Amino acid sequence: MNVDEFLKSPMDWVETEGPHRKIVMSSRVRFARNIRGFAFPGWAKKAERQRVLEVIRPAVEQLPEMARCFSATMDNLAAIDKQVLVERHLISREHAAKNVGSGVVINDLGTISVMINEEDHLRMQALKSGLQLKEVFNVLDKVDTELEEHLEYAFSPRLGYLTACPTNVGTGMRASAMLHLPGMVISEQINQVIQAVSKLGLAVRGLYGEGTEALGNVFQISNQTTLGEKESDVIDRLNKVVLQLIEHEENARLSLLEKKPRLVYDQVGRAYGILTNARTMNSKEALNLLSLVRMGVEVGMFPSAVQITMDELFILSQPAHVQKTANRKLTAEERDAVRADMIRERLKNLERPREENAESSPNGPMKTV
Amino acid sequence: MLCDICKKSEATIHLTQIVEGKMFKIDLCAACAKAKGVQEAAGFSIGDLLAGFGPSAEEPQTETPGLRCPSCGMTQADFKKMGRFGCAECWETFADGLSQLLKAMHKSDRHLGKVPSRAAHTLVISEKIKDLSAELQKAIQGEQYEAAAAIRDQIRSLEAKLKRGQTLT
Repeated sequence: MNVDEFLKSPMDWVETEGPHRKIVMSSRVRFARNIRGFAFPGWAKKAERQRVLEVIRPAVEQLPEMARCFSATMDNLAAIDKQVLVERHLISREHAAKNVGSGVVINDLGTISVMINEEDHLRMQALKSGLQLKEVFNVLDKVDTELEEHLEYAFSPRLGYLTACPTNVGTGMRASAMLHLPGMVISEQINQVIQAVSKLGLAVRGLYGEGTEALGNVFQISNQTTLGEKESDVIDRLNKVVLQLIEHEENARLSLLEKKPRLVYDQVGRAYGILTNARTMNSKEALNLLSLVRMGVEVGMFPSAVQITMDELFILSQPAHVQKTANRKLTAEERDAVRADMIRERLKNLERPREENAESSPNGPMKTV
Repeated sequence: MLCDICKKSEATIHLTQIVEGKMFKIDLCAACAKAKGVQEAAGFSIGDLLAGFGPSAEEPQTETPGLRCPSCGMTQADFKKMGRFGCAECWETFADGLSQLLKAMHKSDRHLGKVPSRAAHTLVISEKIKDLSAELQKAIQGEQYEAAAAIRDQIRSLEAKLKRGQTLT
C-alpha cells in the first residue's frame, strides 16, 4: 500500500478496546537488533547502509505479519509524511531525519513497525491498545524469531544482542505503557508517584514534551535497563507497577469526585465548552482539553464511546496531522484554525456533560451518586 | 547558561531525570539536543547522554585513545565523542573498563534474556564451559578435588553435547 492509503486507514490500536483502556492508552515493546558483519548505521558509510537495507528490507517484507504492509525507504518519503508517522509513534524523530540508506516497514494495522538503519540496523516495535504488555511482547518475540531465520544477528552470549549504544545492549528491549493520569495530576500526587517509580529502575517521561509535566496528562513509563534481567521479568515488573498506578489513579479520581466534585465538573465542563466552540486552538491547549474530556468520559459524564474519539483527536490534533488533513502548507496560525474547526466538527454531536446533582449545593462540595 | 555538551551556545533545553532516586540535570543548546535526539519522546534517556560525556560521567577512563577497532576503524576517542559503538566488534575491541560502565548503567554486566536459536546451542554451551573451566582452576588451586571432579564431569558432558550439536547441523 502507498503512504496515503496507509495514513488514511484507521489506527487499529486506537479503534480497538484493550484491558484497562480507561487509564492505559497503549502498550508498546521494541527490540534493537544488528546484523553480524556490518558496521552500525551511525558509523557505516552510505554504501554499506544501503547494502544492509537491501538485506533487511526483503527479509522484513516477507514476514507473514507483513502480508499487507506499507514499506518505504526514507529518501522516498515526504517530510510531512515522516512527521505524521512520528506523531503516530510508528517511527522515531531520529528516524524521520534519515534519508538514503534507511527504511521503514509497517503492517497495515499500524501495530507492528520495523525501522531499518535507525541507530541500530533494526528497531522493531509492536503496539496494542490498553494494558497488554505480555501480549505485545509475544507478538514481537515471534517477529524477531522469524526474522532470525533470515538474518544473522550480532550476539554475544555474555552481553546479549549487541547494539550501538551501551544503554540498549543485552535484551535490546524497551517495554512501555502510555498512561493517562489526570486524576493524579489534578490532585498533585503525580510528582511523588514519578519519584517512587524511578526508584524501581523505571523511567517516566511525558509523552509529548520533555520534563515531567506531560501535555495532555499522558505519561510514558518504561524499563530503564536492558542487561542482567530476562525479558519476561522486565515485563512482569513493569506490568505490576502499571497495575499499581491504575489503582492509584482510580483512587485519585474517586477521591476528587468525592471531595471536589465542583472542581471536576467545572474543569470538564470548561474543556467541553472550549473544544466545541473555539475557532482557533494550538496543539498544547487541544491536548490538555481533550485530556479533561477523556477524564469526563471515565467518570461517567460522557458516553464511553467518546473515549476513542478523544484518543483519535489526541493524534489528529498534532501539527503534521492537521497539515496533512488540510492538504497544503499552513502557517502556525492557519493550523490553529484548521485544528479548532476539525475538533468542533468531530464533536458537533457530543452532548453536554452529564453532571450529577450539580445544582444541589452552590458552594460546598456536591454529593455524588 | 551554556550548553553542557558544546559549552559554546546558550542552553535552551533543560532536562531533569530521576534515576534510582538520584536527580540528573542537563542543559543543552538546541543543536546539541537535536544531535542527541532529545526531541524524540520515546527511547531517550540521560543515560544516553552520559555515555557520550566521557570524563565527566562515571565512566572509567581507559587511557588508550589510539585503540582502533580492526573491523570498522573506530577509535576509543571516536567512541568517547559519539557514545555509540561503530560495529559489533567494537564491543570486543573496547572491552576494557566496559563492564564497570555497564554495571553502572544496568542491573549487571551479564545478559540473561533471549538467545537467538541459531546461536543458542554453540554459544551458550561454550560460554558455560569457559565459566566452568575457571571454576575448575579455582577448585584445584583450593585443593577441593571432589568439587573439581564434579566440575570436570560437567564440562565433559557439555563438550559432548556441543559435539553432538555440531554433527547435527
